[in-house]
This record gives sequence, C-alpha cells and structure tokens, in this order.
Amino acid sequence: MDIKDIIKPENFVYGKSKVLTDTVMHYCPGCSHGVVHKILAEVIEEMGIQDKTIGISPVGCAVFAYKYIDIDWQQAAHGRAPALATATKRLYPDKYVVAYQGDGDLASIGTAEIMHACNRGENIVVIFINNAIYGMTGGQMAPTTLLGMKTATTPYGRRADLNGYPLKITELIAQLEGTCYVTRQSVQNPGSVRKAKKAIRKAFENSALKKGTSFVEIVSTCNSNWKMTPVKANKWMEENMFPFYPLGDIKDR
Amino acid sequence: MAFKGAIVVDIEKCKGCSVCVANCPTQTIALAKKVNSKGYPYCYMENPDNCTGCGNCATVCPDSVITVYRVKI
Amino acid sequence: MAEKLLKKGNEAIALAAIRYGADGYFGYPITPQSEVMETLMEEMPWETTGMVVLQAESETSSINMLYGGACCGKKVMTSSSSPGISLMCEGISYMAGAELPCLVVDVIRGGPGLGTIQPAQGDYFQAVKGGGHGDYKIIVLAPASVQEMYDFVGLGFDLAFKYRNPVMILSDGAIGQMMEKVELRDPVRRLTDKEITEKYGHWATVGKPASRKGNIISSLSLAASEMEAINLRLQAKYQKMRENEVRFEKTMCDNAEYLLVAFGSSARICEGTLEIARSKGIRMGLLRPITLFPYPETAIREMLPQLKGIMSVELNAGQMVEDVRLAVNGAVPVEFYGRMGGSIFSPEEVFEAFAKKFNL
Repeated sequence: MDIKDIIKPENFVYGKSKVLTDTVMHYCPGCSHGVVHKILAEVIEEMGIQDKTIGISPVGCAVFAYKYIDIDWQQAAHGRAPALATATKRLYPDKYVVAYQGDGDLASIGTAEIMHACNRGENIVVIFINNAIYGMTGGQMAPTTLLGMKTATTPYGRRADLNGYPLKITELIAQLEGTCYVTRQSVQNPGSVRKAKKAIRKAFENSALKKGTSFVEIVSTCNSNWKMTPVKANKWMEENMFPFYPLGDIKDR
Repeated sequence: MAFKGAIVVDIEKCKGCSVCVANCPTQTIALAKKVNSKGYPYCYMENPDNCTGCGNCATVCPDSVITVYRVKI
Repeated sequence: MAEKLLKKGNEAIALAAIRYGADGYFGYPITPQSEVMETLMEEMPWETTGMVVLQAESETSSINMLYGGACCGKKVMTSSSSPGISLMCEGISYMAGAELPCLVVDVIRGGPGLGTIQPAQGDYFQAVKGGGHGDYKIIVLAPASVQEMYDFVGLGFDLAFKYRNPVMILSDGAIGQMMEKVELRDPVRRLTDKEITEKYGHWATVGKPASRKGNIISSLSLAASEMEAINLRLQAKYQKMRENEVRFEKTMCDNAEYLLVAFGSSARICEGTLEIARSKGIRMGLLRPITLFPYPETAIREMLPQLKGIMSVELNAGQMVEDVRLAVNGAVPVEFYGRMGGSIFSPEEVFEAFAKKFNL
C-alpha cells in the first residue's frame, strides 16, 4: 500500500491538539514540558472547556506556557500561582483554573502558597513539573534535587549536611485535608503519557465536582541541565528519580 | 487484524530530540542526515513499510510535530 | 436621607468596600488595621452582594490574590499596615507592570522593621516613590477623616479602573482607629460576570471564546526594545494622571504669607496650628495634598509669590518635604517639622517649631 493512500484525512488517528497554538515552543529538544503542555491541551480540547479554562503560568521555564496553549492566561510572580488561582476560582467558581508550576516555583519560593491553597481545598488543578533542577536560570539546585546530583550550585553533588534533603512535597500535599486527588506521573514513554493525561483529566473533572484541590506531579527531565541526551535523560530519570519519587496515586477520594 | 500506518512530520518544528526514535516499536523512525533551517536533524520514516500507525511517536513527541495516519489491512 | 453611623476609619473602609460593589477582599491580620477584615467577616457580604472575603496566609499571598482577581476584571482590594505593605511591594510592582486595577489600603504604623503599632507617616516614600522594583507609579490617596476613608474606596476603584493601575489609600493608625460620623453613600451594584466580560473582556482573563485570541496578562517582555516601549507607555499613562488627577485642599490660603503642607492626620493637627497662628496675627495657610501621587506641585508653585516660607509637617523624618522642595525649587525657604516612631505632635508644638524656624 502506498504511503500516499494512507495519508488521507479519513485515516487520521492522531495529531497536534487544536488547543495548542502554532508557536514553536522555546523548550530544549526533548523537554518534558512540551509533552505535558500537549496532554493538558488535549484534555481541555476533549472536555470542550477552552472557553472556561484560565491558566496561571509560573516563573521558570514554563513562564511562556501562555504562548503555547490557546486559553486565557495569567503570568504569576515566582511561586505565587496558587494565590492567583485561588482568587480566580473564588471569583469565577464555574471556570476551570489550572496552575502550572515547576519545582523551584512550587516547592521552594512558593511553598506557603501551594500548601495553603491545597489546605483550603481550592477547587483548582495544580500541575507540578519536578525535574529536580532550576531550568531557566541555568541548572541550579532545586528543592527536589536528589542527593549526590550535580547542579550549578552543587557542583560536587548535593550533600545533605550542606544542602538538606530533597523535598517530597507531593507526599506533604497529600496529607492536607483540602486535597482530593494527589498523584505522581511521568511522560517519558507512550504508556506513561497516557496515564498522565488521564490523571490531568481526572483533576479537571474533580474541579467541576468541587471536591477540593487536585495535584498532579509529573516527574520530568531537564536534559540540558542534566547534561544528557533526551533519551539518556529519560533513562536516568527512570533509574534515579523513580526510586525516590515513586509513580502512582498517593491520594484519591 | 493488521494495520498499516504512516506519519507526517512538521520538519521545521522538529528539534531532533529522538525520543520518538527510541519509542518506535517497529524501528520505523530515524533521524535524518539532513537538518532543518534551525540546524536540527529531523525525524522521518526510514523504514516506512514497518509503520503500523500505533501513534507512540506522536504521543511522546514534546513538540507535537508528528501526525499519524492508519488503515486496516 | 443618607444613613449616618459612628464608625472607626478601618470599619468605614470595610463598609465602603461592600457598598461600592467590591468583588473581593483578600487580607492578612496586622495592627492597626485588622478591623477592616474583621468587619467584613461580620458583615458577611458573600450572603448579600456576593463579595468574596478571604483571609490569606500572608500579605505576599494577599497581593497575589489581588493580581489573580484583577486579571479577571474584578474589583479587588486588600488592606494592611507598613510591614505587610513591604511584603506586598513585589506584587504591586507586578500589577503596575501588567496594568491591573486594584485597591490597596495602607494604615501606616511606625517603623522601620517591626516598629510600633502607633500611627506614623513613614511610608510616604514607599507609597509615592515606588516601594517595589522598576519605574512604576501608583495613585496614592491620603484621607484625613473617616468619611474620606469611606469615600476614597469608591474613588480609588474608579481611578484604578480608569487607568488600569493599582491605587493606594495611604492612611495611618490614627485615621484607622478613630471614630467619626460617616455618611453611607448610595450603594453601587456589583457588575455581573456578563457585564465584566462586555466591559473588560478585551483584556481580562474571563475565559477565551472562539471569537478572540487568548488574553495574556504578564509583565514579562524579554526583548529590551519591547520592554522600553512598555515603559514609555506606562510613563505616558502616569503623565496623564499628573495632568488629570491632582487633588488637594487649601485652608486659609487666600492671604497666607506662610504655608504649612501636611497630609492625612498631620493635616488635621495643623488645622489647630492655623488657629493659633491666626490668633497671633500670623497669616498662615494650610495646603493638604489629597493625592500624594500625583503631587499638587503646581498648587504649591502658584502660591509662591505670596509666600515668605513653607513648612512641611509630617509624622516621619522628612519625606514629603522633598517633593515640596522640588515644587518650590528654592524660591522660598522650605522647613520641616516631624515626629517619628508613633509619637504625634500637638498643634502648639507645630506652632512652636514653625515660630522658631522662621524667627517669629
């Protein structure tokens, strides 16, 4: 069968979501952000909620998320996305509000905001990209950096006595009464991408049901700052990140 | 039931990360020797006969550059 | 006949917020302004007007809740006192940069640091000269009575939306805590979501219909040329504020040879000083800036031909006096008298300082 006979509209099975813009993402080749943006856009498209969804972008690599997902966006100060999301959701209870944050944004400078938004049980969706490093500023230690991991500010590897321990903030979040769904996912292969997408969809559905805060961590790679190829970074993540940050639902009620 | 598939790559938007290559179960995809205008080698169907249209490549593509088509045979 | 109540300045802020149709209040307790949120919680406006009232986990969070609410085209406000406002300055800069309307009430206490809970005016620079980073301005209203605390909530929201810019009510612990008669104005209805979409849907994040591109609210622009263009646009807006929004009040200025300049509670005390001076045959007047930005520099300058001297009277080490001197530009002597750290001067004390400085 000739390729030309296959590539026809009636045979289309999968392509770019209509909720993604045509702007080329600034992310490095192989960055997990792109995959998460894609599945977030697909969930918004499939639920038909493009006109009802307000996104909050962080400070960090995902600051420009607003260029890529075609919804209304607020660009928050570093760590404050949950505060913006709180007010937005309270003032528009029928909209879907999603805060998209990295590990430095959510688990370091914005710890108070995320803890209290989750504890109040704000009916928002939080997507937490944990790649264990500061991407945009050039690879410094993040709160989630693993022990021994080399970064620009831990050039000889993270040491507990000097730098403290990697923070499992998702486990802390799961302890809070206000959260209804807390899960840890990844997007390095087709199966994990599908699972992560299901988790994000569930988070959005929870938000409509006013069950409380849904929190989806995506264990991710930052191959540039990890100084690996994208494929090698995915493997390194599976071997080193997953044992410390195990995948799966931590809370679902 | 067997399937036959094909992909279309948005060559200019491909960054050549090769995550699709690593995730293709039928060794259909490879990175081209040529590069796009940004200097990235882009992915293409090196062995188009192998493609089953499973969509794994497009699912893991961070830049949504792959469109997948599939027919039953 | 309008309803009149005896209320604290802080309570008046809360009642005004509800009656001027505020959509949201987000705050954090701090003396001497905690009655604002306490009054709102007692009034339960979410049961009547639908106004959201939320106690945040910090002032940092409060101001960023304002950022989110303002992005939605809603009328949002907070109140705090000096140390809390310091924490909010980051957010105020972001909101000025992103051109968002909001109302911030600062009931000043003595500083620096944790300072004291007594009234002071030591945050003039912070409010008027920036506080946060970057070249931005906010409109600053300085009430001198409980009635003005009430009225400036309405005025503040109007100006915030007129210019899409943060507005601050710069009060102090004296005005916040004292009780006075306040006349409640006719209530203003909150806008419906539909009305907000019609009015502000071209910029606000209200959900993107298929008919338009996504609204993006951000203060970020990495290209220097773009960022400079944004700055020039902001500066042009601030110039419009200077041209259109200067407010002040003159007392006994017509034949004055000497002028006191004072705002807020200092201005009230200076009214007593005027009486003392006039009783002694000294032709003294008082100019009370109501807007601290934009500053009534032209009003001061126009009086220069009749003046022998000016004294700026403030509850700080001398902050507004710098703006008086800029307006006067050396044409007449400009003196300063102030107390700090929560101490307040009496009318007599101000007169004595004045007489000494001008050898009268």
